[in-house]
Amino acid sequence: MPPRASKRKSAPPNSSSVTSSDGRSVSNKAKTKGMDKIDRLFNTYANSSLGVIDPEGIEALCSDLGVDYTDVRILMLAWKLKAEKQGYFTQDEWQTGLKALGVDSLTKLKKALPELEKEVEEPSNYEDFYIYAFQYCLTEEKQKSVDIESICELLNLVLGVQFRPQVDSLVEYLKVQNDYKVINADQWINFLRFCKEQISFPDLENYDATQAWPLILDNFVEWMREKQS
Amino acid sequence: MESKTIDFERGWDHVYKGIKQLRRILEGLPEPLFTSGEYVMLYSTVYNMCARNPPHNYSQQLYDKYREVLEEYITSTLSPSLRGKRDEFLLRELVKIWVNHKVMVRWLSRFFNYLDRYFVDYRSLPALNEVGMTCFTDLVYREVQTNIKDAAIVLIGKEREGDRIDCSLLKNVLDIFVAVGMGSMERYEDDFEADMLRDTGAYYSRKASSWIEEDSCPEYMLKCEECLKKERDRVFHYLRSSSEVKLIEKVQHELLVTYIDRLLEKEHSGCRALLRDDKADDLSRMYRLYCKIPRGLDPVADIFKQHVTAEGTALVQAIGAASNAPGVQEHVLLRKIIELHCKYMAYVTDCFQNHNLFCNALKDAFKVFCNNTGTDSSSAELLATFCDDILKKGGSEKLSDEAIEETLENAVKLLAYINDRDLFAEFYRKKLARRLLFDRSANDDHERSVLSKLKQQCGEQFTSKMEGMVTDITLSRENHAAFEDYLRSNSAAHPGIDLTVTILTTGFWPSYKPCNLNLPTEMIKCVEVFKGFYETKTKHKKLTWIYSLGTCNLSGMFDQKTIELVVSTHQAAVLMLFNTSDRLSYSEIMDQLNSTHEDLVRLLHSLSCAKYKILSKQPDTKTISRSDYFEFNSKFTNKLRRIKIPLPPVDEKKKIVEDVDKDRRYAIDAAIVRVMKTRKVLGYQQLVSECVEQLSQTFKPDIKAIKKQIEDLITREFLERDEENPNTFKYLA
Repeated sequence: MPPRASKRKSAPPNSSSVTSSDGRSVSNKAKTKGMDKIDRLFNTYANSSLGVIDPEGIEALCSDLGVDYTDVRILMLAWKLKAEKQGYFTQDEWQTGLKALGVDSLTKLKKALPELEKEVEEPSNYEDFYIYAFQYCLTEEKQKSVDIESICELLNLVLGVQFRPQVDSLVEYLKVQNDYKVINADQWINFLRFCKEQISFPDLENYDATQAWPLILDNFVEWMREKQS
Repeated sequence: MESKTIDFERGWDHVYKGIKQLRRILEGLPEPLFTSGEYVMLYSTVYNMCARNPPHNYSQQLYDKYREVLEEYITSTLSPSLRGKRDEFLLRELVKIWVNHKVMVRWLSRFFNYLDRYFVDYRSLPALNEVGMTCFTDLVYREVQTNIKDAAIVLIGKEREGDRIDCSLLKNVLDIFVAVGMGSMERYEDDFEADMLRDTGAYYSRKASSWIEEDSCPEYMLKCEECLKKERDRVFHYLRSSSEVKLIEKVQHELLVTYIDRLLEKEHSGCRALLRDDKADDLSRMYRLYCKIPRGLDPVADIFKQHVTAEGTALVQAIGAASNAPGVQEHVLLRKIIELHCKYMAYVTDCFQNHNLFCNALKDAFKVFCNNTGTDSSSAELLATFCDDILKKGGSEKLSDEAIEETLENAVKLLAYINDRDLFAEFYRKKLARRLLFDRSANDDHERSVLSKLKQQCGEQFTSKMEGMVTDITLSRENHAAFEDYLRSNSAAHPGIDLTVTILTTGFWPSYKPCNLNLPTEMIKCVEVFKGFYETKTKHKKLTWIYSLGTCNLSGMFDQKTIELVVSTHQAAVLMLFNTSDRLSYSEIMDQLNSTHEDLVRLLHSLSCAKYKILSKQPDTKTISRSDYFEFNSKFTNKLRRIKIPLPPVDEKKKIVEDVDKDRRYAIDAAIVRVMKTRKVLGYQQLVSECVEQLSQTFKPDIKAIKKQIEDLITREFLERDEENPNTFKYLA
């Protein structure tokens, strides 16, 4: 489960019921058996009064999957489910997601996790996932940026495996600097670019501040260079 | 003359007689010249032989004969005289036979003229003159051309070494080279000029290599100037004018271009030394010599720039290190910079003929050190203070009007070199406000003249607010007259105190903190009366009162004598409290006045701890503390009947800098939006450079600040980064 950006419980999304083309609600026995199983799995974790899986349900799901709720794989799952609201899975999201994964039981879901990791790491998906991770943290309406602490955790989670040294230095810098209290989407995407674009690390020799890198990265590079001299 | 056919032999016989006669004349034998009758006969003979129908048309034969005659003449008479001769003798002989040849050709052509008229064109053959020239070229010129070229070049070489030579001889010889070209300069250029230039190059190369070792830079330059002059004379006296450009270029190359670095960098006499020792003449010469050479002036301008930069930087550092009192020191700095500017401007105008390169070099040099004063105050502030000192009453200058004008003019010129022009404007505006409001301006004309100079230099926008301020003062005076009329007609409304109100248009004037000081009742009445008056004039404007800028004249009834005190309105408010109380504590004053601690400390200090102690303080320390008590100091006296009690102003420097920074952020923001609105899509670096360009009149923006604003605009969704190319931005409508 990705870090909760706010301790406040935000309103859960509306749980919607899918209606088939003839207008009848789907929760009749005309559904396929597979969908049935998925729904039943959903109901195991869902908050019955809200009609969605809430943070507690997700925690339960995590422990059943044998995965820590701060594990990046839960974030990946959220991505696969295209979950809109952090900490919640709606029934639609659950159904679409599990179908896409091709699973309808807990064991199958557990087995699907490694494959999900591989899928995310595919270059065509990775950037998408990366951006999704940021947007997933925008819990308030009209929120455009995320606080530094959450960003640091997110960086660790999402980029840490592939780009450990960059992430460690960047996180250290973000914590000591005072210019920025929040990070916006543009800066976020540029962190990834920074790592991907093979800026030589740790000397940062080929970093060109006259390019359109966000100012925070210019400052980060300056800070790194000073540290090393 | 009868026209009849004539037999070739007979006709030719006649003509040939004429030719023989001609030859005898040319040999210098006592032979009479042709009479016109004889000439006509000869001409007609030829005519008769040609103007016939075949078979009696002997044009071709005559044409051939013409050539034969010439060839025979040359080979038998002319060429032999050249053989065996060398050098100058060869040249003389050549000129002689050339002259003879020309005469021969001229006369022959006259006799054979009829051929030229029809036959030559009809058969597309060379004209008689041409034939003549060709013969000479083939039989004479080709044989001797190398020798005469060499001989001529030798002569030129001798002249260069100082010998006198026969210039007209050379000129004639070179005429031959030209003539042989038959309309084109090819022979002259290929057979003579090319080698002459090569020889010239070698000559000057030798000379230069020894001169550059032995001579100082000025000496060397003098020699160059001389050589160039002599070469030009050479062209005038005997070379063809078409040679001038190539010749001069060759000489310049060997003397000036090849050794430019060594010359300019000569240790004790090179360009740097000349600048250091103010050798204007030598520098002018240097300019003259190098201005014709492409890129020749670049290194000179470069050295000039370095020199000026070094001088300026040294000046700034020296004054920074001196232990004068601050204020004086900065004034001195600016005056010295102005002096430096005048000095080197003179160089640019006089020695360097106002050439672009040098104007720019001066500008760049000044920009380097004018922005780095090495003191706490920025150069923008220093310049504003400098102007203030000159413009205010009792300013540190006791100069004549012209001198003041000149100094102000020079000061404004310096503004062009300062990056933070907007900062200067703010400081200047603040100081102008004080001068205008406290009537400290020495001379209205000077004030206006500075504003017009600033307008010229920086544009209308720069000075529009300041001009508004000056206008406000004038309008206020008019307004005051109207106010007095109003008071006269409403005598009941009169507050009992003389009141003058200056109305400031917001926006023109610097922003002032409004304050909520409690005024004494007398003053409150004044304010009300004026408000009443103002409402009769207009109901649309709101008045905000700024007492901190006011002055008040109080009568201090001291024991010994009454002294008029000129104080600020705030000071007056403090003093008037003592009309009703004998003794007041700090906190009591604070409460009654409703002032801030900061302001109150300043006020009380000026009245009790400064030069004139109008209030006595207990305890009698040098600073104000919140536990102090104050009393009216009735024992105070002074030999003057009227004294001014100054209130030192708050240091607004920090605020001014903050305000300007804030304005800059808006300006950068607006500039980015303007650019992107027009361009729609633009690369980062271009965006930055266009912004810098747009703002350059006012200030030099920090690149980081621009970057920050771009990011801000992205967050505010005015711009977005292009997905494909992260270095490009798109304008979001």
